[in-house]
Amino acid sequence: MIRKILSYVKEYKAASIVTPCFMILEVIMEMIVPYLMGILVDDGINAEGGGNLGVILLVGGFMIVAALVGLFAGIMGGKYGAKASTGLAKNLRQGMFEKIQTFSFSNIDRFSTAGLVTRLTTDVTNVQNAYQMALRMCMRAPASLVIALVMSFIISPKIALIYLGATVFLAIVLSILISKTTKVFSQAFPKYDELNASVQENVSGIRVVKAFVREDHEVKKFKKASAAIRKIFTKAELLISINNPVMNITSYTCILLVSWVGANMIVNSGQTELQTGDLISLLSYCMSILFSLMMVSMVFVMMTMSLASMRRIGEVLSEEPDITNPENPVMEIPDGSISFNGVSFKYDKQAQENILDDINVSIKAGETVGIIGGTGSGKTTLVSLISRLYDVSDGSVLVGGRDVREYDIETLRDEVSVVLQKNVLFSGSITENLSWGIRRSRPDRDTLTDEQILEECKRACKLACIDDFVDSLPDGYNTRIEQGGTNVSGGQKQRLCIARALVKKPKILVLDDSTSAVDTATDAAIRNAFANEIPDTTKIIISQRIMSVCHADRIIVMDDGRVSGIGTHDELLKNNEIYKDIYESQTGADADFDERGKD
Amino acid sequence: MPGPMNRVPRGVKPTVENPGKIFLRLMKLVFKGNMLKWIFIAVCIFLSVQATVQGMLFTQTLIDKHITPALNGGGSLSETLPADILRVALILAGGFLAAYLQQLVQVFLTQGTMQRIRDRMFEHMESLPIRYFDSHSHGDIMSMYTNDVDTFRQMVSMSIPQLVNSIITIVSVLISMIFLNGWLTLLSIFLIGIMILITKKVSGLSGKYFVKQQKDLGAVNGYIEEMMTGQKVVKVFCHEEESIKGFKALNDGLCDSAYNANRYANLIGPINMQMSNVNYVIIAVVGAALAMGGVGGFTLGGLASFLTLNKSFSMPINQISMQFASVIMSLAGADRIFKLLDEQSETDDGYVTLVNAREGANGLEESEERTGRWAWKHFHKASGETDYVELKGDVVFDGVDFSYVPEKQILFDVKLFAKPGQKIAFVGSTGAGKTTITNLINRFYDIQDGKIRYDGININKIKKNDLRHSLGIVLQDTHLFTGTVADNIRYGKLDATDEEVIAAAKLANAHNFIKKLPKGYDTQLTGDGANLSQGQRQLLSIARAAIADPPVLILDEATSSIDTRTEKIVQRGMDSLMKGRTTFVIAHRLSTVQNSDCIMVLEQGRIVERGTHDELIEQKGRYYKLYTGNSIA
Repeated sequence: MIRKILSYVKEYKAASIVTPCFMILEVIMEMIVPYLMGILVDDGINAEGGGNLGVILLVGGFMIVAALVGLFAGIMGGKYGAKASTGLAKNLRQGMFEKIQTFSFSNIDRFSTAGLVTRLTTDVTNVQNAYQMALRMCMRAPASLVIALVMSFIISPKIALIYLGATVFLAIVLSILISKTTKVFSQAFPKYDELNASVQENVSGIRVVKAFVREDHEVKKFKKASAAIRKIFTKAELLISINNPVMNITSYTCILLVSWVGANMIVNSGQTELQTGDLISLLSYCMSILFSLMMVSMVFVMMTMSLASMRRIGEVLSEEPDITNPENPVMEIPDGSISFNGVSFKYDKQAQENILDDINVSIKAGETVGIIGGTGSGKTTLVSLISRLYDVSDGSVLVGGRDVREYDIETLRDEVSVVLQKNVLFSGSITENLSWGIRRSRPDRDTLTDEQILEECKRACKLACIDDFVDSLPDGYNTRIEQGGTNVSGGQKQRLCIARALVKKPKILVLDDSTSAVDTATDAAIRNAFANEIPDTTKIIISQRIMSVCHADRIIVMDDGRVSGIGTHDELLKNNEIYKDIYESQTGADADFDERGKD
Repeated sequence: MPGPMNRVPRGVKPTVENPGKIFLRLMKLVFKGNMLKWIFIAVCIFLSVQATVQGMLFTQTLIDKHITPALNGGGSLSETLPADILRVALILAGGFLAAYLQQLVQVFLTQGTMQRIRDRMFEHMESLPIRYFDSHSHGDIMSMYTNDVDTFRQMVSMSIPQLVNSIITIVSVLISMIFLNGWLTLLSIFLIGIMILITKKVSGLSGKYFVKQQKDLGAVNGYIEEMMTGQKVVKVFCHEEESIKGFKALNDGLCDSAYNANRYANLIGPINMQMSNVNYVIIAVVGAALAMGGVGGFTLGGLASFLTLNKSFSMPINQISMQFASVIMSLAGADRIFKLLDEQSETDDGYVTLVNAREGANGLEESEERTGRWAWKHFHKASGETDYVELKGDVVFDGVDFSYVPEKQILFDVKLFAKPGQKIAFVGSTGAGKTTITNLINRFYDIQDGKIRYDGININKIKKNDLRHSLGIVLQDTHLFTGTVADNIRYGKLDATDEEVIAAAKLANAHNFIKKLPKGYDTQLTGDGANLSQGQRQLLSIARAAIADPPVLILDEATSSIDTRTEKIVQRGMDSLMKGRTTFVIAHRLSTVQNSDCIMVLEQGRIVERGTHDELIEQKGRYYKLYTGNSIA
């Protein structure tokens, strides 16, 4: 998984390699300074004959050079670290985004929209930070640890052994502590999510809370949850707070021990085994060693925290699109006839029951077919198979006499224009939104003038009975649609979506409950326009409303994933119980007469 | 929901008005009631800093008092060395103990403060009127609990103690340095001054790019959100390549500004470190010269200690500026929380209460135990008398005007009366004001003009909680809560027995499907009942209203998002619930409306027609048109 993520470093590989190199250079320079300080003391200040100013200045000069080189290395390391990490973030985002574009509907369903957004935003940022940290600190901290230890050994192996012992001791203690705290925190975070979920519930269900006068009840529940959070987080943080004293005690024990041993060594050997300056250097290294150990543990914690993000990103990157183009795709669809031959379908291969079961239906080119049935009866699923939004689990779907899986996907989707049930408009002008329908395969696509595009949009809007509305807007077709189409009403949005699908001039048009928010008169006008203006287009209309489908050439009644009946309105009234039920509930004594979505 | 949505766009940091005032308030909130703990913490910090400084000064003692004399003199260490080491060890141990105690108290303090603030926010939020929830996006409210509360954690556990620590350290170290050598101290302050200036310059530069990065990030996130939401449309229109192209441009822009922002931010670390190294070297060289000359009694040991002190002098200065910046940042979050806490709670001037009643010698009288009969206890201030009016469910609207916002009136002069047990239906197009009327009965909103009477009592005189207890509501959006199925039904009556729960479920026609759930009534519901179908959720919400057994019911489009066949089942549940109760129905299907005692046809906030179904059909007015509207084809 980490390897998968790292493969997206790509053009930033050089920066990724250079960064740790610079960081190591910086550490070396940093470690040289205390060593030089020792020389400064021993050969400068304590030199025979009361000190040597020349040596002091020379060594001091070297120390400044070392600092400047260190500064340069640090700056370069920071620069390339930033380059590599922001570059990786860019590549990951781009990679995921492109991958998602290849996803089929079932891939998208698997991740959910919110899941994809989190992966592209928060998770990428987490990985970016972790990667930068890794490049700059992962090398730096261990390097400084090793170099400081080595320098100590060079100066005095005996004292270095003390450091080594302390390092091992601390490493063990820290790792125990880390594993303990991660465990507690992993228990704490779900609790925290629960608390937030309960706030969410109260915010969205506030009317219910107030209507039942359950404010006190909710407050009591919340207080209990927040007390539990306090308890578990207190526990976790108490564990963490052991960290500091352990660290401090170890480091100062070291310092005192070294002071004692070192002082004895200096005096007893008469400055041959160890000199005063050496002792000063050693004390400096002691701090470096313990500090870098602390850094290592911090980096480790940071990395584990970003692991979850990496896993989520990895899931997207390694997801295989369910539906791909055939090898020798057919680029031409002869006509708009459709035929379902023994089609079965389930969303999940492991699922026990089929969503669609043994569907056999033939639709002639130019025919208008209505589909009606209860929620969950499989209406949407059935039409999704026509343009390969999903692939059949069994059987086959033919368009123009050929299995849809033989066509080029883009050709197929251009000819089979679907107006989705949950539809969206994008931010941009009305024309920009509608011109999504202009096929990419059109030979004159690049030479189309704005006027020509506008003409096509107008034609489609007229068919969808939205032209009057657009014309009434002060900016007409240049009116800006806000993200999600929030500045137009539900019915207007639905009609604009229909118009967008019509710009394609498809051979098959599928409306999936696309006029539910359109008032009945307009709904009828749209159907009339379809019948008169695009008679050769096969039209499939899914609706909850019997009035939207009853004038179709034929109506398919769906029930629990099966076709319960096919026929004209009159036929079905006579011989289909379900149809009769729906009809009666919506007309006469049971009519649905709430005027929904009046613009 | 009606009402304006005033959302602050993401990525734009709102400027805080009156930061000083907010800061003081924040301090008050943090310190109040915890003063002792904070004083304890300050003392601990002081002790541990002193111990650390003593530790640093020990190098001087070691070299000057022990090593150098031994080298120059007799060749053996003085016998007081172990005692000196032990003394320092004890001081240090004391310091660590103080530091540890400080941390422990800090943890309790932090978590306690967080809990206090969360509880206060939630408790206050629950008391706010519906209007508040209309005018604030749910995401913004949520972010107060998730992000802004964290502000306080930051403040209590990091910023304040760090600031205290830094200040004490600076002062202590400075004194020790002056004690060691005044001239070197001056030099050190001068060098650190230069360092701070450079750091400031660089962080200013990086700040500029961070603002740009934030803006670009907002653009990228916005695009991602839009495209992911519309991903299926993208697929249907084969618009993948265009979508990638648009993304690439934004993504490259973000990479650019993020690179610059990070690059400059990354400068600060190395510059600080190497500057302090240069600083170290200069002090070392000058100090060495001083020590050699023995100027002012300066010694080698003094230099070694001075160098250590010098290193721990620059760090807290950086800390102060960092923590200060974080305090400023957190003010925005604190401001939002304070705004929530300052929001006016729902006011309630009602004094008429709902009590259990029984037939006494002089008509109704109050009863201690549950009698199944209820009465309004009405105290008349003028006469000093208390009388009891039986709860029946008689509702009268008289000339009611209402608007959510002053500029736009929603209801005009609404008049209606509902006798106990009657069924009143509201019909009309979206936005005509049907839901608004029902929201006025339970006082989710207060009317501007006119009167609403409940059993002859002006509802403004009734205590809100008692008023709402007497009304049952089934909404179009069901809103179930995390908990078991039984818990959710019991929401209507917290002390209901299991038998009552089952009885309510049976009444609502929900018993059959609940039995089939994996754990029956103990099945856990999560995420607003996501594991149930829309129809099942609706049945549960009906059972929830049923168990409360209210005399008045409000059914707001309770079945509109259910398909015709499921609706039949739900409808049966509702019918049995409506029996014997005054019911207000916002209608969707004619079957619900037709047998109403009175149908109100609303248009643009006015009742344009009223009467029974037959009367209205006879009139051939608006109702007739709505009714036959379906037949246009």
